[in-house]
Amino acid sequence: MLRLLFVLVPAIHAQLCQPDAENAFKVRLSIRTALGDKAYVWDTNEEYLFKAMVAFSMRKVPNRETTEISHVLLCNVTQRVSFWFVVTDPSKNHTLPAVEIESAIRMNRNRINNAFFLNDQSLEFLKIPTTLAPPTDPSVPIWIIIFGVIFCIVIVAVVLLILSGIRERRRKSKEPSEADDTEDKCENTITIENGIPCDPLDTKGGHINDAFMTEDERLTPL
Amino acid sequence: MACTVGPEPLGDGGGSERPKWDNKLQYLLSCIGFAVGLGNIWRFPYLCQTYGGGAFLIPYLIALVFEGIPLFYVELAIGQRLRRGSIGVWTAISPYLGGVGLGCVTVSFLVSLYYNTVLTWVLWYFLNSFQSPLPWSSCPLDVNRTGFEAECQASSTVSYFWYRQTLNITADISDSGSIQGRLLACLAASWAVVYLCVIRGIESTGKAIYFTALFPYLVLTIFLIRGLTLPGAVEGLIYLFTPDVQILQNPRVWLDAATQIFFSLSLAFGGHIAFASYNPPRNNCEKDAVTIALVNSMTSLYASIAVFSVLGFKAANDHGRCLDRNILHLINAFDFPDQSISRDDYAAVLTHLNASQPERVARLHLEACHLEDFLDKSASGTGLAFIIFTEAILHMPGAPGWAVLFFGMLFTLGLSSMFGNMESIITPLLDMGLTHRSIPKEVLTGLACLLCFLSAICFTLQSGNYWLEVFDNYAAPLNLIIFAFLEVIGVAYVYGLQRFSDDIVCMTGRRPSLYWRVTWKVVSPLLLLTIFVAYIAVLVWTPLSYRAWNTQYARFPSRQGAAGDGFTGTPAESSRKMLCSMALTVCRVSRTLNCLLGGQSSGCVVFPQKNPQNLTSPSYWKVALAGCHHLGS
Repeated sequence: MLRLLFVLVPAIHAQLCQPDAENAFKVRLSIRTALGDKAYVWDTNEEYLFKAMVAFSMRKVPNRETTEISHVLLCNVTQRVSFWFVVTDPSKNHTLPAVEIESAIRMNRNRINNAFFLNDQSLEFLKIPTTLAPPTDPSVPIWIIIFGVIFCIVIVAVVLLILSGIRERRRKSKEPSEADDTEDKCENTITIENGIPCDPLDTKGGHINDAFMTEDERLTPL
Repeated sequence: MACTVGPEPLGDGGGSERPKWDNKLQYLLSCIGFAVGLGNIWRFPYLCQTYGGGAFLIPYLIALVFEGIPLFYVELAIGQRLRRGSIGVWTAISPYLGGVGLGCVTVSFLVSLYYNTVLTWVLWYFLNSFQSPLPWSSCPLDVNRTGFEAECQASSTVSYFWYRQTLNITADISDSGSIQGRLLACLAASWAVVYLCVIRGIESTGKAIYFTALFPYLVLTIFLIRGLTLPGAVEGLIYLFTPDVQILQNPRVWLDAATQIFFSLSLAFGGHIAFASYNPPRNNCEKDAVTIALVNSMTSLYASIAVFSVLGFKAANDHGRCLDRNILHLINAFDFPDQSISRDDYAAVLTHLNASQPERVARLHLEACHLEDFLDKSASGTGLAFIIFTEAILHMPGAPGWAVLFFGMLFTLGLSSMFGNMESIITPLLDMGLTHRSIPKEVLTGLACLLCFLSAICFTLQSGNYWLEVFDNYAAPLNLIIFAFLEVIGVAYVYGLQRFSDDIVCMTGRRPSLYWRVTWKVVSPLLLLTIFVAYIAVLVWTPLSYRAWNTQYARFPSRQGAAGDGFTGTPAESSRKMLCSMALTVCRVSRTLNCLLGGQSSGCVVFPQKNPQNLTSPSYWKVALAGCHHLGS
């Protein structure tokens, strides 16, 4: 009778843990992608650690504090590395509901990831969505700070330029006579550039083009 | 022949001198900065890519030689000779051509409105680049924090950041939405920066231009060096520059080359006329014109090498990730060991699997990954800068630094072009002597900037991007072509090529050669007329439309082409207003032509350049119309 039981138990175990079985979850690891050269080989010891982590997570759930490592069953381990697992109750006759397992895994996801040096993308529990980290929003967005700096600098510079312009104008209005004399001198010089003497048109003493002059005299002055 | 210098404009405080450039370099840098703008970065590489790579350079260079440089020379020479802004210059040539000057000022005003809005967006991205990770690298979480925002998932993180977090765009142009506060703040900042630089006219822009004109070249060089060292860059360069000479049979290529050279040199804005009017009267403007035009074209080429190398890197990156996704699907489905299929083995493994288990492979729905498909993805304008380039930068190590450099470069490029735009508005207004002598120049420039800022607030609405595209496509181009045509006709025929040649002899010491005279008299007007007719034809054939970002669209994230006939309410009115302004210009043009053709009987007068009396005085017009002199000389 007992021998029958010993034969039946692994068979029952095999039935409990199957791909797409009820309350079974598929896990997929991408160790080489995550760790590169420092990747470790996935062997039975790693599987034991995995079972331990799942059992640990389940022990945190109320009413499930007596979960043992032997209650976690793994099957269909592939080279990928991927496998299915279920968690059985102490009687080892049926599996625990998926909802409990899911919530337990989600609570302890970080510890499970860290045990294997992996993250949410390289240690995937298919069908268990990851809780996304809330974005780290600084109290004042960075763009406002830099905008404030630039805007203040620009306003200060504009004000400085306007003030210096006002000061220059006040200075210029105090010395009008000297400026006129220099302008008079400039107009009477004859410049020669490129070998061509070019006479600037000078209303005071320059050349007068007769062709235009006659028109002006004929007509009413403006 | 006595070489007469134009008299000083009254608006410059009566007896005071016209402002001058501190040195020749400032003038050259200002013209180069005005000509080299955002279009050199994001329009020319796109055209090169679309029209057969290196083969595009052929129509481009032909257009440069027969249209770009002659028109440019005319603007510089006429500005330097008559020493006024655009209104003064064209009124001096013929009172009936004054409309051209007025039109140039109006177009400059309209263009500066939306050009500075683009700078606003660049500033927004610049401010957001000072953080790691960059804000456009990840999607925000949705309301329950279980996944990402649906719109972001469906499109991409960079598109989401551009359309939602920057523009907050609506699905339709008639749905204006509200003013976006952050864009309004950036708009105020960018107009404040523009005001700071143009506050005293060329005195202040002359100092600012050293930085704003040279900084982009520095950054372009850094990007070029970095770009060429990125993986996939060289393949991208080779693919994108490989000439496809067959494409030259398409007339659209020639049209786009001609329009590109035209807008690239910023002709017919009046900005170059304004800059040249501050030159000493005897300055070799022929050498300046050729130098600046060549520098502009070289910059376009230089920029396209940098842009293509980064695009090549991005295409290689995207292709690699496409392969990786497919490999992951295969590994997961067939339980191969992790990392067992490399990118090079992928093709062999796929064929093997297709031969052995085709149904399972078909169920996986693998994407087709071809490098050429990724290289062919092209975009111009804001799409290149804010979507494609920002995504490429995400994958470069040290991304925030590259983003800061890139957007800083775009901002200074746009800023130096804004100087030219603002000068083309401010210089004619100053020359016309509208304000009393006691009102300082700072007030006038401040009022101009304030008016532009208030008008540009409409672009910070949620539908602002659509309005900007409408402006960009329909407001400026046609008007500029008309004005350029009238400019070259005005100088070659109304002012007279003989008199113009005499002026050039006085200014440069050499008569213009046969090349110049033939292009001014025949080739350029014909080219411009052809471009004008072709442009009208294209406008007539293609319905007015814009591309909308509609999340409800069946093929989202592709942009939905919305019809222009659906324009209702304010959009129709604005397009009517645009047509009205065009009609007004055409009306002025026809009156001028009528005058020219009518000859002496219709009372046309060439304005004697001795003494420009106040243009607003009625007795001036009495004098002007009283007699008829020979047109031209």
